Amino acid sequence: MDLSLLAWGAQGWGDEMVRGALVTIAVAALAYLLGIVIGSGLAACKLSGAAPLRWFASVYTTLIRGIPELLVIYLVFFGGGVALRSIASGLFGYDGYIDLPVFVTGVICLGVSAGAYSAEVIRGAVQTVPVGQIEAAMAIGMTRRQRFWRVLVPQVARYALPGLGNVWQFVLKDTSLISVIGLVEIMRQAAIGTGATKEPFTFYVTAAVLYLGLTALSDRGFARAEGWANRGVGRAS
Amino acid sequence: MNLDAIVSAFPQLLAGLPTTLLLVAVAVTCGFLVAVPVALMRLSTNPLPSGLAFAFVYVFRSTPLLVQIFLIYYGSGQFRHFFEQVGLWVLFRDAWFCALLALALNNGAYAAEIIRGGIMSVPKGMVEAGKAVGMSGVQVFKRITFPLALRQALPAYGNEVILMVKASSLASTITILEITGIAKKIIASTFRPVEVFIVAGALYLLVNFVITRVIVLLERRLDPLHRRPKEGALLERTGAPTPATAEVKPRA
Repeated sequence: MDLSLLAWGAQGWGDEMVRGALVTIAVAALAYLLGIVIGSGLAACKLSGAAPLRWFASVYTTLIRGIPELLVIYLVFFGGGVALRSIASGLFGYDGYIDLPVFVTGVICLGVSAGAYSAEVIRGAVQTVPVGQIEAAMAIGMTRRQRFWRVLVPQVARYALPGLGNVWQFVLKDTSLISVIGLVEIMRQAAIGTGATKEPFTFYVTAAVLYLGLTALSDRGFARAEGWANRGVGRAS
Repeated sequence: MNLDAIVSAFPQLLAGLPTTLLLVAVAVTCGFLVAVPVALMRLSTNPLPSGLAFAFVYVFRSTPLLVQIFLIYYGSGQFRHFFEQVGLWVLFRDAWFCALLALALNNGAYAAEIIRGGIMSVPKGMVEAGKAVGMSGVQVFKRITFPLALRQALPAYGNEVILMVKASSLASTITILEITGIAKKIIASTFRPVEVFIVAGALYLLVNFVITRVIVLLERRLDPLHRRPKEGALLERTGAPTPATAEVKPRA
């Protein structure tokens, strides 16, 4: 095992691996945000009175949680190109070859899957807010929008934080799957390094250490965020 | 959407189902065999085994499964010379062995935490009761702690098995042709991603549905409250008051 391979600069792969890690963080962060938006929408559907909406949300979560992410990635990667090309030739008469960028594919796929997982978390958090509080807000004359932003959102964010922390760890680790369609994040960069140096163990251990560092850091981050969110809440024990 | 593409993809993908099931079955079985000792080590008061178990669980849960698979399959190549000398190269050059090893260790790490939670949920009084009637430590574990822990852990364990079904798709990245691997091959040659996805997705959902049902049935069976009592047993229970219940008087 030759650790000088991981030197910084033109001679080593250290800076390339760290750049890969930055791509990993970027994909994960965007997918996570997309996931929370989708998850909030799905949670609203699940809690809504309209049966078709509830039905849609439960089909969505069952499908996405039961099908491997890798399969979804292949669908969006190959299917996205086909769809884009048919739109381009149908609407604009453009017949060249276009593909959905792998970065965008990655964000969409992971966001769709994070949405399914965070929907459950957010729904659970909304249900923890006592109905009496909403009634109290109505009683003092808050509008629907005020009730949402002042009563529901701050508490839901606090209750959902631990669950959403788990979803983030999921998303972070699942970014490695995007490497199979060629996005140069940690895993792909490690594969490129392996191809050039014939030292697979060195590179994949480096990748593992980078992921370990990222998950440990985000663990800390979420623990601090939870401490901050619960600062006004006394604990019984 | 093309119905012919669906019809022609179905038998090809169905052929991958046994491979997927085999991967999951072996990984979950071996994972359980890893998880129980790891959970017990983690609960030990001795810091050495408990620290080792913690490190194992932490590393495997904090890194992606894909890294673990590649580290074992490709990474072992860097030490080929060593593995050849000790005679293990036959194993490590085999994609099946590497995939199963990675899946089993990964599953073992997650399952260990679930089993640990189950063991910790067993009320202390039950263990004390076992000791009071003279059971040895091993007997208490075998007859009281472990069965109760498994019952408690079952729902979470079921989720873990379903995650393993999804995780088995990663074996396709090291040449194993299970459902996802075959799906990718068909998509790349026919360019019919949607049709192939529908068939492959349906197969995965079917497998997960069956697993969910089995877990629910097991839960019912293992839960004495929902188990249908035998005729005689019911009479025995509701029949003549035992001395213990006879003395209980309703409070005014």
